[in-house]
Amino acid sequence: MDDRTGDSAFEQAVPGAGTTAAPRIGKDEWVASVGGRRAGRGGPLGAIEQRLRRVPWWAWLALFVALAALLPVGFESGYVRRIAFDTVIYMLLALGLNVVVGWGGLLDLGYVAFFGVGAYSYAVVSSDKFDLHLPALLSIPLACVVGGLVGLLVGLPSRRLVGDYLAIVTLFFFQIFLTVSNNSDNIGGRDLAGGPNGLINIDPLGLFGRELRVSTDGIFNVAYLYVALVFFALVYLALRFANESRTGRAWRSLREDPLAAEMMGMPVSRLKLMAFAFGAAVAALTGTFVTALNASVFPQTFEFPLLITLYTMVILGGAGSQAGVVIGAVAISVLLEVLREPGDARYLFYAVVLLGIVAAMRLSTRLAVVLGGTLALGFVAHAVAGRVDEDWTAGAGTGGGGLAAWAADWVIVPERLAGWIAPVSYIALIAAVLALTLASGWTRLALLVPTLYLAAFVWENVMLVKPEPTRFVILGAMLVAVMVARPEGILGEKRVEII
Amino acid sequence: MSLLELSGINTYYGLIHILQDVNIEVGEGELVALLGGNASGKSTTLKTILGIVRPKTGTVRFAGEDVTNRKTSHRIGRGMAIVPENRRLFGPMTVLENLEMGAYLNREGKGRKEDFDRVYTLFPRVHERRSQLAGTLSGGEQQMVAMGRALMARPKLLLMDEPSMGLAPVLVERSFEIIKQVHEAGVAMLVVEQNANVSLSIADRGYVLQTGRIVLADKASALLENEGLRKAYLGR
Repeated sequence: MDDRTGDSAFEQAVPGAGTTAAPRIGKDEWVASVGGRRAGRGGPLGAIEQRLRRVPWWAWLALFVALAALLPVGFESGYVRRIAFDTVIYMLLALGLNVVVGWGGLLDLGYVAFFGVGAYSYAVVSSDKFDLHLPALLSIPLACVVGGLVGLLVGLPSRRLVGDYLAIVTLFFFQIFLTVSNNSDNIGGRDLAGGPNGLINIDPLGLFGRELRVSTDGIFNVAYLYVALVFFALVYLALRFANESRTGRAWRSLREDPLAAEMMGMPVSRLKLMAFAFGAAVAALTGTFVTALNASVFPQTFEFPLLITLYTMVILGGAGSQAGVVIGAVAISVLLEVLREPGDARYLFYAVVLLGIVAAMRLSTRLAVVLGGTLALGFVAHAVAGRVDEDWTAGAGTGGGGLAAWAADWVIVPERLAGWIAPVSYIALIAAVLALTLASGWTRLALLVPTLYLAAFVWENVMLVKPEPTRFVILGAMLVAVMVARPEGILGEKRVEII
Repeated sequence: MSLLELSGINTYYGLIHILQDVNIEVGEGELVALLGGNASGKSTTLKTILGIVRPKTGTVRFAGEDVTNRKTSHRIGRGMAIVPENRRLFGPMTVLENLEMGAYLNREGKGRKEDFDRVYTLFPRVHERRSQLAGTLSGGEQQMVAMGRALMARPKLLLMDEPSMGLAPVLVERSFEIIKQVHEAGVAMLVVEQNANVSLSIADRGYVLQTGRIVLADKASALLENEGLRKAYLGR
């Protein structure tokens, strides 16, 4: 007789004696301990996780900024440094968008326009256009204030709107901004900001009487990276304190339940306006750096794809979490750069596919069957195709890198792809993936092998050839995958529905 | 003089005349029940009292002041608080943060500790759960947190919108015991309910609302005996 049955026998004899060992499911205690169960993961991984959780947020921030600041030491190339600067710009923009979307819960589709307002504000007061050359210590705060005020103005008519309606009004504002900036060479007969030709010869940042040159001998001046990093740290801290204040908590309750927030006596309209103005000011601040570095500003910089990229960063990282949106910004920014280079993108593609399969199947026989089957299928198909017509396997694979040669020996890469193959194989791949989600058991396994090979074929022959759209296709696919696996984003708060 | 006084209230949603010449009074320290079935205008009455909707004609007086054209936040600041229908807690925030949100208008946080102590004494369970997310609480616990949140504003008048909604029968009784307890601590209350039996058993007076009009107004004990009300609500 084992212990469990012993207990229940005892309980039958003495009613109520076994209550402490009674199942906890269905009791309040079970509900109450949900946090503990969720947080406490066992094993060595769990121990590491617990220890990492105890590291204070400011230590993470300091570590992150320090690593970013050390980056130029390891990388001499102006290209890497420039990418680092752009990444910091994305981080700042994501932080600002997080205030409006993550904390205020306001779907603001006009956010990029505030970025543009800041950029143009700086350009107008720091160029020959009106012969104003304000020092940066004056022009940067000025641009922030102008951005914040425009944010307030857009917020005013929007403060009674929620959800889709707010999104439409802010999108309309974005369009107005684009129209005005594109026609700014003829506003009432006067050339105010150059229209589609933009403004050029804008002053670089001048701090404390010294001018920061944009580049020396054509190489990006790393001082701009440091300036952006310092401002990033400052903005991060300022927003962190704002979020932990009374106002920050009020924002969160406003996001959860505006009516309940109003019933608690919170000034709902004012809180919304504040969120708008805060986000807009951060975007405007960011605009000044970009303009100073580029020494120019054009309306084309502030188009719709930027808005989508920023939203992707915020959603991926987890709306509402500052650290999360920063991670999202870094991940997307680096990813978009890596995908630009076919050789690097190839490594990323095969690594992600391999990791995805291993994560889904674990180390099992099925994994061996699928991998072995796919490899075998590839070599057989390659050999057969080569026999039938040598041209079918004569391609060398786009881009360079060690994987290119291997991929060309495994995947059928024709020298010249017939025009109809690309769209047909692409659509076939989508159909195969859809079929995979419907199939189950051995059918699914059997279907997975040709699907993987088809994916490799499409990747080598269709997607790598056109890196520009591929970047965004991959971005979209990744976003879908993350949202399915973790709807709250990497570091976002789980939504708790009250029933 | 009464604490809350609605006189000649007419409220419209667009062209639809919702509240028709409604007069309600709640005295200092009184417990008043406002009864009515679905679509009788109970919630609109509460929204009018709070200023979330404004009446077309009529006045709302609270604590000796005409608040008809005042904002919700002003009225809360003067001493109103509400436990909303379905409780409407802030789910992803902790119980403690929910309570803090109830004291939002107490800017300096003066006497905040006493406010917490009062809530925790009244509801020891809320104290146990203070660092838990409000969305993970059981229905009864959520009701306690919602009441605690309202009490954090140190209200003179506590408005309760359907406190029995969505609770098990045992919890309904418990919930009304708590209402009685809070009332005995000196807080005036207006309890809006469909459950006439339980609410009249603890109330001093009651109003019955039907399609936007007050059709009955009397002492609670008299209403319990009222033939028409018994037929319509008590099913006896």
